[in-house]
Amino acid sequence: MSEVIVVTSGKGGVGKTTTSANVGTGLAEMGKSVVLIDADIGLRNLDVVMGLENRIVYNLVDVIEGNCRLKQALIKDKRHAGLYLMPAAQTRDKNCITPEQMIKLIDSLKEQFDYIILDCPAGIEQGFQNAVAGANHAIVVTTPEVSAIRDADRIIGLLEANEIKKIDLVINRLRHDLIRRGEMMTVDDVLDILGLPLLGVVPDDENVVIATNQGEPLVGKGSMAGQAFYNICKRLAGKEVPFMDFSKNVTIWTRVSGLFRKNLQEERA
Amino acid sequence: MSILNIFRRKTSRQIAKDRLKILLISDRVNCSPEMMELIKNDIAEVISKYMKIDTSNMEIQISKTAGENSRSGKVPVLYANIPILDLRN
Repeated sequence: MSEVIVVTSGKGGVGKTTTSANVGTGLAEMGKSVVLIDADIGLRNLDVVMGLENRIVYNLVDVIEGNCRLKQALIKDKRHAGLYLMPAAQTRDKNCITPEQMIKLIDSLKEQFDYIILDCPAGIEQGFQNAVAGANHAIVVTTPEVSAIRDADRIIGLLEANEIKKIDLVINRLRHDLIRRGEMMTVDDVLDILGLPLLGVVPDDENVVIATNQGEPLVGKGSMAGQAFYNICKRLAGKEVPFMDFSKNVTIWTRVSGLFRKNLQEERA
Repeated sequence: MSILNIFRRKTSRQIAKDRLKILLISDRVNCSPEMMELIKNDIAEVISKYMKIDTSNMEIQISKTAGENSRSGKVPVLYANIPILDLRN
């Protein structure tokens, strides 16, 4: 039975699409078969983040309306054999499909894929309802900021109301330099407020911008964010992976002092 | 800002955390101001049967947390501050 994961956040711009792209790519790299569904009808972006925008012919709405067969709308990834993207329609709006149609579509993908990952639109309206309808697992993405956490809390309430039992948290764009100065909430602060199991912590990393510019997810590559995303994939696949220590590589002093307390401080920024 | 203030200053991390905790309680309870007003009037009416209270300075709000709840381990509390003018039997 395949796992249907919705990546959601409430607030826009916290990293839902980046997380979807990297988690999907990372799982494919681990040899799983994965389909990424862009559920953001009217404002699709998963295609550009994946670098597949030039290959779109048919989209999710075409499949639902019967304009094409399911296979025709699935775009094969450039690098990974088991990875496919189902793009959203760009010239339609969120109200043109229903949660029932989404459930039917997801059911038809279940035989073929180990993981079905849905990139949810921002907001709590119809688009959100469509994206969560067929999911059995949710990843809530937030950043350590007041507005993102407030919206995440609201979304968690709605996910619970939709009877999604498994809800995990990804904290994105953590800045250890700000945390050290006491000007950003820590991972523990966010966990204390939202009360969800932690799936991953992704540091604020310029490599994410570079990777998005190039249309190549950075998961598994040399960067801190790439490593963090790969750890998330491993945890999704059931492996135990310790959380990274982002206090490294901040300043020369932390590098020097890090040599002396290498094994004392294991994880948790 | 005086030097003392620099030392006493709360970090913005702490401010954010404190604000969020209060904000989320009212978000989660989803209690409208109209409903709060109704609750307030009813409480005042009941207590007025037994003692004389100052309804104009009475305060009620949903705040603080205590006890156990499924997610964050905390539940909202209804807080009422009702000044008594005269205790009568």
